[in-house]
Amino acid sequence: MSRMLSPKKRRGLAFAALSASVLLLSGCGSQIAVLHPEGPVARQEYNLIIWSFILMAFVGLAVFILFAYMLIKYRARPGVEKYYDPNLEGNRKLEVVWTVIPLLIVIALAIPTVKTTYALTQPPVQAHDPMEIDVTSAAWKWIFQYPGQHIETVNYLVIPTGVPVKFILTSVGPMNTFWIPELGGMEFTMPGANLGLWLEASKSGVYLGRGANFSGKGFAHMQFNVYAKPQAEFNQWVAQVKAQDPPLTMAQANQLVNHHGLSPILTFSSYPAGAVPQNQNTLMSGM
Amino acid sequence: MAYQLDAHHAPVDSSVPLEYATEDGSLKILGFWIFLAADVVLFSCLFATYIVLQHNTYGGPTAQQLFDVPGFVTETLLLLTSSFTCGLAIFEMHRNRLQPMIGWWIVTILLGMGFVGMEISEFAKYVGEGANITRSAFLSAFFILVGTHGTHVTIGIFWMLGLLVQLLRYGITAITARKAFVASLYWHFLDAVWIFIFTVVYLTGKVS
Amino acid sequence: MLPHYFNHLFVTGTDIYIADVLIILTSLGIVGVLTYFKKWKWLWREWLTTVDHKKIGIMYIIAATAMFFRGGMDGLMMRTQLAVPNNHFLGAEHYDQVFTTHGTIMILFMAMPYLIGLINVAMPLQIGARDVAFPYLNAISFWTFFFGAMLFNLSFVIGGSPDAGWTSYAPLAGPTFDPGPGENYYLFGLNLAGIGTLASGINFLVTIIKMRAPGMKLMDMPMFTWSTLITSILIIFAFPVLTVALSLLTFDRLFGSHIFSMTHGGMPMMWVNLFWIWGHPEVYIVILPAFGILSEVISTFSGKKLFGYSAMVGSMVAIAFLSFTVWVHHFFTMGAGPAVNSFFGVSTMLIAIPTGVKVFNWIFTMYRGKIRFTTAMLWALAFIPTFVVGGMTGVMLAVAPADYQYHNSYFLIAHFHYTLIGGTVFGVFAGLYYWWPKMFGFKLNERLGRWNFWTFIISFNVTFLPMFLLGLMGMTRRMYTYPPGLGWSHLNMIETVGAFGQAIGMMFLAVNIVWSIKYGERDVTGDAWDGRALEWSTTSPAPEYNFAHVPVVYGRDAFWDMKYGKNREKYQVKAKPYRPIHMPNNSGRPFLMSLAFFISFWGFVFKWYLVGGLGLAAVFVFMYLRSFEYDTDHYISVEEIEHTEAAAGRL
Repeated sequence: MSRMLSPKKRRGLAFAALSASVLLLSGCGSQIAVLHPEGPVARQEYNLIIWSFILMAFVGLAVFILFAYMLIKYRARPGVEKYYDPNLEGNRKLEVVWTVIPLLIVIALAIPTVKTTYALTQPPVQAHDPMEIDVTSAAWKWIFQYPGQHIETVNYLVIPTGVPVKFILTSVGPMNTFWIPELGGMEFTMPGANLGLWLEASKSGVYLGRGANFSGKGFAHMQFNVYAKPQAEFNQWVAQVKAQDPPLTMAQANQLVNHHGLSPILTFSSYPAGAVPQNQNTLMSGM
Repeated sequence: MAYQLDAHHAPVDSSVPLEYATEDGSLKILGFWIFLAADVVLFSCLFATYIVLQHNTYGGPTAQQLFDVPGFVTETLLLLTSSFTCGLAIFEMHRNRLQPMIGWWIVTILLGMGFVGMEISEFAKYVGEGANITRSAFLSAFFILVGTHGTHVTIGIFWMLGLLVQLLRYGITAITARKAFVASLYWHFLDAVWIFIFTVVYLTGKVS
Repeated sequence: MLPHYFNHLFVTGTDIYIADVLIILTSLGIVGVLTYFKKWKWLWREWLTTVDHKKIGIMYIIAATAMFFRGGMDGLMMRTQLAVPNNHFLGAEHYDQVFTTHGTIMILFMAMPYLIGLINVAMPLQIGARDVAFPYLNAISFWTFFFGAMLFNLSFVIGGSPDAGWTSYAPLAGPTFDPGPGENYYLFGLNLAGIGTLASGINFLVTIIKMRAPGMKLMDMPMFTWSTLITSILIIFAFPVLTVALSLLTFDRLFGSHIFSMTHGGMPMMWVNLFWIWGHPEVYIVILPAFGILSEVISTFSGKKLFGYSAMVGSMVAIAFLSFTVWVHHFFTMGAGPAVNSFFGVSTMLIAIPTGVKVFNWIFTMYRGKIRFTTAMLWALAFIPTFVVGGMTGVMLAVAPADYQYHNSYFLIAHFHYTLIGGTVFGVFAGLYYWWPKMFGFKLNERLGRWNFWTFIISFNVTFLPMFLLGLMGMTRRMYTYPPGLGWSHLNMIETVGAFGQAIGMMFLAVNIVWSIKYGERDVTGDAWDGRALEWSTTSPAPEYNFAHVPVVYGRDAFWDMKYGKNREKYQVKAKPYRPIHMPNNSGRPFLMSLAFFISFWGFVFKWYLVGGLGLAAVFVFMYLRSFEYDTDHYISVEEIEHTEAAAGRL
């Protein structure tokens, strides 16, 4: 019998080892984007992830230990008869214990959850004026408009560091989600509605962004780089775009919106009104 | 109490109404009540969809422009009256009087047919005015909600026609009584749904 | 008028041709075998027309097993494609179809019918009934499910599979972005199967309320029967929502309405809401019966009463209630606002409490027991840690702001495979090994069973554990390929190895079944495992009428009580003489009516309204014929009962 138990124990160990490695990797493995936050939004989400993991690991450990104990002690073997009590049918006190403790754990998790849920609808830092970027997912490309700078990029994004960015998200095709894991969690892009998402990069770097909701054939390729630069370099980049890149014509804009296909990286020094359809309702509360 | 399949045919209990007299009958009536609960959920979803989409007319006709007060009031009266006559038929069934029961049964069917006929002409009129199901989300939701009810009524009419034949052939027995009773439950249920359609769709649409 | 996609009615592609050939060969093989052994009449009389809940249950299980292999093949194809970056085994369009059919089949045509099959087999026996309340309707349930599944599968070779995901979000699944017939197959296949599921829910509920053996109070019922009762209520309130959602999308696609469209005022969000108002209760519909199986198996093989019976019942009621209040957690990222997200986050966390109560009660059922590690028990035991991992990650997903990072990622995929495989599938396998002797009269081999178990469970963890990590690395679901250099490649390769390991594990099950049919240990006692509930008090397999005498019950664990308990004497009453038993007649109509549904809905898939309309007309004709049928049942004579009981050595 013990031979049969050992792989189960090994499985438990494997899980514990994995859990430990998750925590370890969070320090050094930059490839685990979610555990490597590079901005205040991702940082708040990361803190909740770690807190919920600790609480759950505590519960999981208790269950696994109890489980293994029962299996070993009460397996059918010589001598088990002396414990055997076929008519044992419950214990009120114990049942109260394992109702109340999980309830306390849920409370310990619910409070920071609600707090953070509300906090994430506000700009991550108040010190700096936010900037706005309008994001449109099309089949199958990302269109980024910078209304303050009046420039447009396709399939890449440049943002200043230390500045809260208010992303206004919509779609001109199937739904998608806009996700830059190192900067923060995702939000949907939906046709006919604007959803809001605050993100901010704390330091310069290149972060990988992605559409995370299946939107058809080209979905897997809807990946984009986010270049975070200090404000001065960002301004310099804007000036350069203004000086060097062509304006977006209405014909090109329609092509981007209506043609189903992938697109290379594009940059435009300006865009015409109505380059993407405008929505009436904006659900900024949804951040 | 435990149920024995042995008791399929013979009435075992004369202290309850005839439709409940066999165990099989009482099982089927309970089953049908549960089915109606599921149908309530179905209509709730259609109502929710209608309420969400009712103002999305997309430049097409609004509820206020479309609905015709005498038309939907007449439909309502027809269906409400049919529910009443259906109740009378079951009342006569409980008094074991076949002829009056069949009479009221036929009246119920005729009133139901009148209702469906009016609804078809109402729909035809809207479509003729260009207000069809493809015109706007409001009209899509309207046609689907009201049409689903109308389909239910139509099925009910065919069902009651079938039972009419059986009543004529077998008279009032534990089995025909149970069948008629279940059909009457269905009919009253459709009446109740219509009251909600009348209020949520027609009255609210006309007022706002 | 021939629709424009008449031209590509038959799907082309090498793998499809292979599938075509295999399907034709298999069909010819089945026809050949049936003809050679002159089994057509037998098939029709014993199976296609049966209204016996035990046979219907077995047919559900056979169909679900076939669908498990089909869905598993889809899974293997996906894992093969993802084994290495930039792979070209499957193209995007093909991959999209494969994950769509994988998800849909596994949830609706594997998990559901497996559980409904086991319920059919065991529940009426557990409450001492002779059949379900509506045996004829039960046959309709099975055949509409079966033909719904066939319709869905037909898309693979005729017309093309659906490719918008099993969640089928509008507007991607709407007529603009998905004009082909594939999505119509999804809508009509699911709606047809849904009719059967709703009917099953009503049937089981009435059976349990009205047909329990004399003396069996609600709080005396076996826990599996309790889980069936609660599941039935969930089905009754959840499935009409799916029916509405599917029908509305059907109207959008076939008749140009604008419920979920992007233009004309339609609202794609409405689909998401309706889908998950059904979808979340649905996950409890497929887990609660598994909870019930677990309670039976652990209690039996620990030789003990279930720990905390009333808490077990109460927690299932609580879970069922809460399951209708959490649907928004499937789309925290859709801008519902912090108040809504907070509410649904906390309500989701609350489900962990009753679930935790159940887990601790299972563990304490083993306390001071005598645990026998049979294969059924191994599956049930594996359920606990696996499901706990799934549950704990579920709580992590309920933390709304954290979910912004997990949503649609492989973290989510790992989570729900831990619950659906670790919960539902392990539960089903526990139930299969446990009730197998009751269904067929022989046990499955324990040694092959252990091979089946260990291969599968180790491979399962190899497949799905790395997915948690991949999700945190930013890999999202439904990507048909990924570039190298993201650190995803090794983990993906490991997962693929695990997936094939699971396939090998399943082959052991197949081998076990074949081997055991020939050499398996026969169960002559009817009580294969020293069982506790009434199903073990009759013969294996149970006779057509289940019990020669309807048992009278004096409390919980009736059969255990009968054998060892304090009411032993009460149960030992003198055998009364047999009386004729009233049973429902077999009928071919449920099969034919569902076939008519199938033809009709297939017509609608291709917008051939004439076929669709004629098929529906045929359905109504069959309903009318049933209404006019008065000779619906028969008696089994005393001689025949005596004969059957004598043959089983019970006289």
